[in-house]
Amino acid sequence: MEKLIIEAGRQERHYWRDLWRYRELFYFLAWRDILVRYKQTVVGVAWSLLRPFLSMVVFTVVFGNLAGMPSNGVPYPLLVFAGMLPWQFFSNAFSDAGNSLVGNSNLISKVYFPRLIIPAGSVVVGFVDLLISGVLLGCMMVWYGYAPDWRILVLPLFLLIAIATSLGTGFLIAALTVKYRDFRFIVPFIVQFGLYISPVGFSSSVVPGNYRMLYSINPMVGVIDGFRWALLRGQCEIYWPGFFVSLGVTLVTLLSGVWYFRRVEKTFADLI
Amino acid sequence: MSEIAIQVEELGKRYVISHQRANGDGLRHLMQETLTAPFRWFREKKAKGCNSGVSHTEEFWALKNATFDINQGEVVGIIGRNGAGKSTLLKILSRITEPTKGRITIDGRVASLLEVGTGFHPELTGRENIFLNGAILGMSRADIGKRFDEIVAFAEVERFLDTPVKRYSSGMYVRLAFAVAAHLEPEILIVDEVLAVGDAQFQKKCLGKMKDVATQEKRTILFVSHNMAAVSQLCSKVVWLHEGSIKEIGATDQIIRSYMECRLSQTSERRWEPEQSAPGDDRVRVVGARIVQNGCVTGVVDINLDFRIEIDFITFQHARNLLTGVNLFDANGQCIFNSVDWRDSELQTGRFCKYVTIPGQTLAEGKTSVLIRAVFYEPDVMSAVIPDALVFDAVDSEHPLTVRGHYKDSWPGVVRLRLTWSDAELVSTCSKNKLKDLL
Repeated sequence: MEKLIIEAGRQERHYWRDLWRYRELFYFLAWRDILVRYKQTVVGVAWSLLRPFLSMVVFTVVFGNLAGMPSNGVPYPLLVFAGMLPWQFFSNAFSDAGNSLVGNSNLISKVYFPRLIIPAGSVVVGFVDLLISGVLLGCMMVWYGYAPDWRILVLPLFLLIAIATSLGTGFLIAALTVKYRDFRFIVPFIVQFGLYISPVGFSSSVVPGNYRMLYSINPMVGVIDGFRWALLRGQCEIYWPGFFVSLGVTLVTLLSGVWYFRRVEKTFADLI
Repeated sequence: MSEIAIQVEELGKRYVISHQRANGDGLRHLMQETLTAPFRWFREKKAKGCNSGVSHTEEFWALKNATFDINQGEVVGIIGRNGAGKSTLLKILSRITEPTKGRITIDGRVASLLEVGTGFHPELTGRENIFLNGAILGMSRADIGKRFDEIVAFAEVERFLDTPVKRYSSGMYVRLAFAVAAHLEPEILIVDEVLAVGDAQFQKKCLGKMKDVATQEKRTILFVSHNMAAVSQLCSKVVWLHEGSIKEIGATDQIIRSYMECRLSQTSERRWEPEQSAPGDDRVRVVGARIVQNGCVTGVVDINLDFRIEIDFITFQHARNLLTGVNLFDANGQCIFNSVDWRDSELQTGRFCKYVTIPGQTLAEGKTSVLIRAVFYEPDVMSAVIPDALVFDAVDSEHPLTVRGHYKDSWPGVVRLRLTWSDAELVSTCSKNKLKDLL
């Protein structure tokens, strides 16, 4: 048996191995959140279908019918829903992760485990919701008689990027919320704001060419464009330079999120 | 087999407490700090030689210089008053918080149980919670599955396994929670005060289980408790913490005896000198306190007669709504009551004396300790909190109205109140025949 040494400021040498060892706790926490999420609701899991569906209807009416935005030949509801899918995933994961540490303060002040598990668990819960609404997208595609082509095989890659974005921002916001509870009020605002500056209700091709680079700093732009490209037979072209900017921002967010989280992790129990 | 399981070397934990709670740790505070930082830096640099660093934060060592070893298979009790650093020590050992200095070497898998039912979710059923709680305490799914029946039998909740725990009675809840924890199989078990919950019978069962774990399975256990009876039953060795440092380590009986003696040595009068360092802050300092009965300062109080607790304090600025208060504790550390002077008050600067009268026939016999507090309500500042400021012996006298009457043996109860009983009223009479039947 290996000896464990606890010392001030000592970086846990086996942190990542510990993370692996605690994977069961990770499953259980995610499982708990999924079980509890729709307890005592009347419609239950249908909520994860209803919310994106209703938003899709509103966005289709507002952007497609009233504003008459271009749809690149794709049925407008499909265009919106293909963007709504990653956006809902991100916004749910992001806001749940933000509150996750504070919401689990009793665990944090009483038991040791790698704290990364908690916000990561929120991302898993969001992911399950994503899968459920994915079924709805499938139904819609059948309804419109719209079959995706080979590009759908690349979708897992974009899913990974979406997960990385959610994890990175989730870690950052969770760690910040422990110390500065102000972020509990900032997060809903970011989510609301982000919905309008991300190409959810419209295709990002409406953004003027010389602004697209700047626009792509929002990591969700790359993710949403990628989803549309993969799901909609490439009818929504990806602006590749912008995509790589988004990807770069995602990676930086993920790394800095993990770095910041790890740096302040040990003070959580004292602050919470 | 006397290999060392836990080696603690010069362990220390510092907390920084900010006195201005109103400012807090919020973003506004951060912004304010950031904006004023350059000026502050400049000012501090200017004032460097003058040694006038006025800071509104204070360092506080919850644990300092703790050094001890625990051998494998030992059951060690950790005792000390509230705030002595016991929980801090356990939190560091269980890796919940990081030490500020020092080093710990642990040989073996640790499981800590700082609270019963950590992570229980009220919406989940008993069955689901067993798995969840087990995972939180570090058990694998396979382990829990293997011991599931044992856990359920120990908790006596078979019939309610598929009921959400929010519908459980508090007793069932605690039983289930302890049952999961009791079936952990770590090499080192760290337990904090978990026996303080549940009914007496269940407490006994838990204690028995812990004893089994210790003696039969030869595990190393660290056990924090205020319950001296439990400590002396379980532990072979005791670490006594006092104000963050280790006061004594040794054989259980000896340490418990000196702990009890020291904790409650009579203090009928206290004077804090010099006044500048008396407990308090720059607004108010408590400089003296005493117990007075029949006009004399005394460490032995007759519980049948009124007595008073007098507090001397100095205000350094105009003090609005200074709340003074006392808590009385019995020998087991149980709070008997809390009293606060809530009246609005305006005090000019100066030296004051204030007293509170505790009526006769309130307290029970035994060592009683007094905690004194001076608090401002707005903003919320604890200027002085002095545990065990005074300690006195409460004794029953040959008073004609003593509550115990002629009964001389032990008389239970935390308080001893004289209550009024009504006279017996005749409800119905029984005939002699009926009486015979009854008998």
